[in-house]
Amino acid sequence: MSILLEGLLAFTWQQAVMMLIGCALMYLGIKKEYEPTLLVPMGLGTILVNFPMSGIITQPSTGVEGVLNVLFDAGISTELFPLLIFIGIGAMIDFGPLLQNPFMMLFGAAAQFGIFATIVLVVAITGLSLPEAASMGIIAAADGPTSIFVAGKLAPNLLGPVTVAAYSYMALVPIIQPPVINALTTKKERMIHMKYEPKNVSKTAKILFPLLITFVAGFTAPMSLPLIGFLMFGNLLRECGVLDRLSASAQNELVNIISILLGLTIALKMTAGEFLNVKTLLIIAFGLLGFVFDTAGGVIFAKLLNVFRKEKINPMVGAAGISAFPMSSRVIQKMATKEDPTNFILMHAAGANVSGQIASVVAGGLLLSFFM
Amino acid sequence: MTEIMEQAIELMGVGMGGIFVVMILLYGISQLLLKLTAPKKEN
Repeated sequence: MSILLEGLLAFTWQQAVMMLIGCALMYLGIKKEYEPTLLVPMGLGTILVNFPMSGIITQPSTGVEGVLNVLFDAGISTELFPLLIFIGIGAMIDFGPLLQNPFMMLFGAAAQFGIFATIVLVVAITGLSLPEAASMGIIAAADGPTSIFVAGKLAPNLLGPVTVAAYSYMALVPIIQPPVINALTTKKERMIHMKYEPKNVSKTAKILFPLLITFVAGFTAPMSLPLIGFLMFGNLLRECGVLDRLSASAQNELVNIISILLGLTIALKMTAGEFLNVKTLLIIAFGLLGFVFDTAGGVIFAKLLNVFRKEKINPMVGAAGISAFPMSSRVIQKMATKEDPTNFILMHAAGANVSGQIASVVAGGLLLSFFM
Repeated sequence: MTEIMEQAIELMGVGMGGIFVVMILLYGISQLLLKLTAPKKEN
């Protein structure tokens, strides 16, 4: 009889709290549809890893290796899962809007401000180590796989809360960005119309573009090459025109399978011992600040450019320079339509948004280069 | 200013500077690419 009660007697209140957090993640995923592909497996995984003495994770007392530890060592420690997901994301990206207006590249750069501003702030306020601060800052990349890749290398102990914060805030872009944009712009600025002259982008340009990005990133930020290389490989599958089957597999089967494994595996870092501490609260607070700084960086940069430009840019487009695609560009278009139903800036915002996807990966690579 | 704070500010400079350099390079390259691969206009 005592064997049956062993697990229950070893159960702590901290594990109960974590199980509630697991339920909350599943609620957000299922009911609110906030990144369900990650939050649902991660939520269930959080419940699983918090059963005392369970065989799903390695127990020091028995030494038997848990299945989640095996998956973690194979897929996260090696960075394999985030990289494989990047092939699928690359196959989903259409660089067309960016190639039609390459000037939008600059907004992708400006909107990475949040990453570095957060790092400085974390160091100034908390006194945490620089690699830990960088792992918190990368949440502001608004790019889940890049956050996992960087945090996994710089501060593996923070991987669980960093991943939860990154994906949760990405899902909350429609709530986070509008108040920041409204606070930094006037109604007149938000009503600025931007001329859209679609250029004819040839198939050759679409094939060569991912290759050129790979060369530029490879030479300037070589640490970003695993991410950029896999992302651009996925894009090449999409654009080359002769690998449609592989492109479809990358966009569907590959992304789906890895998402299941990624969500469950990251839950390994959601045990009460690793998650319930002050650092997790800091990650949640500074992650949000990072998104605010990103948005502000993009908007202020656009306003700065307007000082020198004859043809004005709607500053809201700058905020779309984050990596959360296509959510951010849709938010910007919705805000523009709210101010003036005849204002269509979606293609400009989409261009900035796509450039944010490239810039966030480069930012991750530059962070890693700084430390390694 | 502490050493770690100096490093954080240096990281910010290197990071933002690096990203802008890469993205400006990509901007130039894509402009060139568009010019070189533009469909020929028929008379």
